[in-house]
Amino acid sequence: MTAVFADRPVDDHPTPHRTPRRAAGTALLALRQVGVARRDRTILDDVTVEVAAGELVAVVGANGAGKSTLLHAVSGDLSLASGTVELDGAPLSSLRAVDAARRRAVLTQDATVAFPFSVRDVVLMGRAPWHGTDAASADDAMVDWALEAAGVTEMVDRPVTQLSGGERARVMLARTLAQDTPLLLLDEPVAALDPHHADRILAVLAARARAGDAVVVVLHDLTAAAAWSDRIVLLAGGGVLAAGPPQEVMTAELLGRAYGAPMEVVAHPRTGAPIVLPAR
Amino acid sequence: MTAATPTAVEATARRLPRHRRQLSGRTLLTVLGLLCVAVAVAAIAAGAFEVGVGDVVRILADPFTGAAADVDPIARDVVLQIRLPRVLLGLVVGAGLGTAGALLQGMFGNPLAEPSIIGVSAGSAVGGVFAIALGATAVGLWVLPAAAFAGGLVTTLVVYAGARSGGRTETVTLVLTGIAVNAIAGALIGLAMFISDDAEIRSITFWSLGSVASASWRSLLIAGPLVLGGLVVAGRFARPLDLLGLGEGPAGHLGVDVGRLRLQLITVVAVLTAAGVAVSGIIAFVGLVVPHLVRLLAGPAHRTVLPASALGGAVVLTAGDMLARTIAAPAEIPLGVLTALLGAPVFLVLLRRTRRQQGGWA
Repeated sequence: MTAVFADRPVDDHPTPHRTPRRAAGTALLALRQVGVARRDRTILDDVTVEVAAGELVAVVGANGAGKSTLLHAVSGDLSLASGTVELDGAPLSSLRAVDAARRRAVLTQDATVAFPFSVRDVVLMGRAPWHGTDAASADDAMVDWALEAAGVTEMVDRPVTQLSGGERARVMLARTLAQDTPLLLLDEPVAALDPHHADRILAVLAARARAGDAVVVVLHDLTAAAAWSDRIVLLAGGGVLAAGPPQEVMTAELLGRAYGAPMEVVAHPRTGAPIVLPAR
Repeated sequence: MTAATPTAVEATARRLPRHRRQLSGRTLLTVLGLLCVAVAVAAIAAGAFEVGVGDVVRILADPFTGAAADVDPIARDVVLQIRLPRVLLGLVVGAGLGTAGALLQGMFGNPLAEPSIIGVSAGSAVGGVFAIALGATAVGLWVLPAAAFAGGLVTTLVVYAGARSGGRTETVTLVLTGIAVNAIAGALIGLAMFISDDAEIRSITFWSLGSVASASWRSLLIAGPLVLGGLVVAGRFARPLDLLGLGEGPAGHLGVDVGRLRLQLITVVAVLTAAGVAVSGIIAFVGLVVPHLVRLLAGPAHRTVLPASALGGAVVLTAGDMLARTIAAPAEIPLGVLTALLGAPVFLVLLRRTRRQQGGWA
């Protein structure tokens, strides 16, 4: 686990941990030979990935490569055609919904809310898995921290149904952070955000990884993925084309194969971090 | 972020009033509780045979105080044998319909779901009508409500299976599914009438109008326990229903066993609706209007919405019944006609607003 390009200041919010965490390096998520089919079409085939406590893993790939499907399979929304998914050593299929919810938080792209709950109410819903446990005493502290981390503190009393898409995406992220789980699974959390907020959110996620959590995040922005992740999983055609530290995966050759189009990787003139662009 | 420290920002944000001037849940429930008692007493007092409010209170308190010794015995009979069961039945049926509406709206994640709109009431009526047409009601007191429950349960399952897509319900799909289900139920009721004799047809006609006019201690014995039981069970769903507002996927990720919750909700909705339909026919739109007003007044949290919809439904139905039997006295307007006249325009307004919020539907 080497944070090659993640040596930027990320610790703007001290991360509270109210529930116990595993030692860094413990595998919190393991996919073994996972295959997923939808209507006879194979979407994921033979995917094996491990994610350990303390690392931020970016999942990247072209549209239709299986990124979202991978996240849904890991979240338990889809049944697997083959293989197994383990959360912190326990097979996902054997866990009750509430036990899974105490091990991992999931952020999907679907951010519509049926009723006009206030922003604070929605973020407080992230605490639901801890209802009736000792951890519930930290509800308010975790919610305050999550609101602050996602930059939505000013809107706590606004109805979530009246927010813009980007604002709502941040509120949903705050809800996911408030869940206080050792594993975070996030499907394009910054897709709807402006560059400033996107970077800020990725910094918060990197800080969670520094503090010992495992973070899996589906990203479209390859430059951001290279900048913030410890490892990158590059998907293509439903399988893992490459997995490793950003400088190993972010090559014009691999990316060109994954996206089926020539890609250019240049070094940032000051930091040397890879910047990825379609070759023009 | 602004330059202000986080704590200062939070403190300011917390001092700000909520987005709408909203009542606390406790305030709303207290007001509705008092309103319930007031409307009930007024409804017992009002009618062709006038009984003063003071006498009503004295008669009701008589078992404890013996204060009604000097009250007119006819007034006592009117109150105890006619008005009291009718008002109590109105309270019970209204509470059941209000809660069933709130549960359906939470379950579908759609504020337009309501037992009569999506066809659950009509489905219950089909069960009841066939029980009458086939002469099965002679078997026992519970045959009619049981048949109504079976009809309501099947209908709710059908609507649920038909209107959901990807863990959510679009308004258009929901309303159109309701139209289809109501059409099927209407055809089945017509079929039942076709095979019925005159006396049975008169019984069946009562379903299509909806009224608590046939209230008796016997009908209260049917509906009372079912509705009260349903209300108690419904209270347990407040928290998971809040989470369901995020969608079925996110609710599942937060630890809700969505599949199980769904079955429990469908069962409770069918019990509440069937109890009402079995004793009073189809009384539409109470379950739409009441939870909507409650959310407007006190926000969408189900720990308030559920009990307030029960109390609000009780108030609305009892007041509506009082209006229905006094507005054109000595004639009586069927209650179902009155609630539809008042509720359907609200439905139209909500439909238009939903359409605007969703940017129109093709």
